[in-house]
Amino acid sequence: MAIIVDNDTKLVVQGLTGSEGRFHGLRNRAYGTNVVAGVTPGKGGQDVEGIPVFDTVADAVEDAGANTSLIFVPARFAPDAIYEAVDAGIKTVICITEHVPAHEMLRAYTYVRPKGVTLIGPNCPGVLSPGKANVGIIPAEVFQPGSIGLVSRSGTLTYQIGHEVAQRGLGNSTIVGIGGDPVVGSGFIDVLAKFEADPETKYVVLVGEIGGDEEEKAATWVSENMSKPVFSYIAGFSAPPGKTMGHAGAIISGSSGTAQAKKEALEAVGIKVGTTPTEVAELVAAAS
Amino acid sequence: MDLHEYQGKQLFKQFGIPVSEGRLAATPEEARKAAEEIGGPVVVKAQVLTGGRGKAGGVKLADDPADAEQKAKEIIGLDIRGHVVEKVWIESASEIAKEYYLSITFDRGVKQPLFMFTTQGGVEIEEVAANDPDALVRLHVDPLEGFQPWIARRLVYGAGVEDAGEQKQIADIIGKLYRCFVESDAMLTEINPLIVTPEGEVKALDSKFTVDDSALYRHPDIAEFRDTSAADPLEAFAREKGVVYVKLDGDVGICGNGAGLSMSTVDVVVVAGGRPANFCDLGGGGNAEGVVDALEVITRDPQVKSVLFNIFGGITRGDEVARGILEALDRMSIAIPIVVRLDGTNAEEGRKILAEAAKSNLFVEPTMLEAAKKAVELAR
Repeated sequence: MAIIVDNDTKLVVQGLTGSEGRFHGLRNRAYGTNVVAGVTPGKGGQDVEGIPVFDTVADAVEDAGANTSLIFVPARFAPDAIYEAVDAGIKTVICITEHVPAHEMLRAYTYVRPKGVTLIGPNCPGVLSPGKANVGIIPAEVFQPGSIGLVSRSGTLTYQIGHEVAQRGLGNSTIVGIGGDPVVGSGFIDVLAKFEADPETKYVVLVGEIGGDEEEKAATWVSENMSKPVFSYIAGFSAPPGKTMGHAGAIISGSSGTAQAKKEALEAVGIKVGTTPTEVAELVAAAS
Repeated sequence: MDLHEYQGKQLFKQFGIPVSEGRLAATPEEARKAAEEIGGPVVVKAQVLTGGRGKAGGVKLADDPADAEQKAKEIIGLDIRGHVVEKVWIESASEIAKEYYLSITFDRGVKQPLFMFTTQGGVEIEEVAANDPDALVRLHVDPLEGFQPWIARRLVYGAGVEDAGEQKQIADIIGKLYRCFVESDAMLTEINPLIVTPEGEVKALDSKFTVDDSALYRHPDIAEFRDTSAADPLEAFAREKGVVYVKLDGDVGICGNGAGLSMSTVDVVVVAGGRPANFCDLGGGGNAEGVVDALEVITRDPQVKSVLFNIFGGITRGDEVARGILEALDRMSIAIPIVVRLDGTNAEEGRKILAEAAKSNLFVEPTMLEAAKKAVELAR
């Protein structure tokens, strides 16, 4: 099982011929991900180390059977790439691209949502199901297969926590980086629902950060819908208000979006929140 | 990016939202000249990126050009919540019969633009929301449907605007503000107050405007609005160097890779009993040159007593970071201790490079927590 990506994933990389797309596309393939196609307009008919390149996603679906897309195109082309994938019938779209304008994502989100497509990102590290498939830029060697679902707004912080978890002899079912932008395709709740339904996942770690109210909403959702134990870590306790902390979405606006408020909301429904990445790993290890 | 009042009004004007005639002035003399050109009584308004200007004495009425010069002299140089006034906006004084409030915010929770309108303007909108929530009309807009005239009618009738002339003008402004919000890639546009003059004319007396940084590439005119003098000098320097940096007020300099890990590093330094001097994110793909730039920015802060590098390699490679640190030590004379924690991609090579360099002020620690403790200890 696992969620979002697994042995059934047939991946098309939009932007495979670019330097980032090539590097990570090949890395994902080396991990064992079934990379069936690349798309670069004007380069149809070429190949990248044996991976066929098509002009359109529709061709990649028709000729190579792609069912999942990984987007590595520059920000100004990313919304178009998302629409193209969705309109070609791709049901799982993972967008790594950073700096996509928020208004563009607002429209794309509103368009994609009713179609039942799983959109992850933008500005995210991707999704890894250890031992099955890696789609994105997550360094897979940090993680090992196991029963902990990990969902996070951050990339490297997730690696840190995965590393601490692995050091305690534990592993992950799937690691999902939902992205650090104000508008992302899938929120915490979307991913938590998938983990709840996944028989391989026994525990879930939710890694949040300042900005917005996704963590607060997730807390309420967990208390009403989730049977599996959830642990959490929140970054940004020392962040000053009004400053963007690296991620476009990581900003405390007035008094809303603080780490403290998120911690309190999570703890109010019985979710244990670690003070450091080490502590959250210890909490999960003690429970399992 | 936050815009000054006069910049927001410039955009309002472009989209046909009525504003008063005004001029920008950096000196009392310029203020006098501006007042002469405008004619009649003027308002002298401090241009700072913070609220509470009025209470701090940053907004003053002037009867004539000489008075405008005097008022500008009082306001320029004033410190308003840590922001020193460098420019004033001189604008034709308006008589105010009524004060309304109109805004559009980017509601990331609902993922739709949110209109808010009330006839109780001129005060903090949070106060209205708390004391008289029914007076505040809130309405989300489906971004694919976009603005439709019914939206303006719901807001205007909902807030109880009775005068037909006002209804018509405000409905028009609502439509224009939506266009302005979308076409400028704004995260916030606020008119507070939206005034009605005794003659029944409706216009924007103030502007609050935030634009999405990620969209600035397609708004070169707005990108030029960036006021580098308004930023913290270290933050301005960091921006120049392309380093993601936020100044804090402690003594442990911090550099991580990735926003989440960097934020977490700041927090862990606090947990270890220290005071972080800054937030600095090398980004996902930090290379040696990026590390040199980051160290240059971090060590320029005279309060910094030690620097903590917390790197978890993914795309970023540990050996690149190590080379960057050594490169920086070669190019700059950095006497303060640097504590390094490397994990992930090529971390072992990185640690080896640092060990071989055998610099006396370089400390390599195995974990994030131990590295934080060491950096805090060294800053004491």
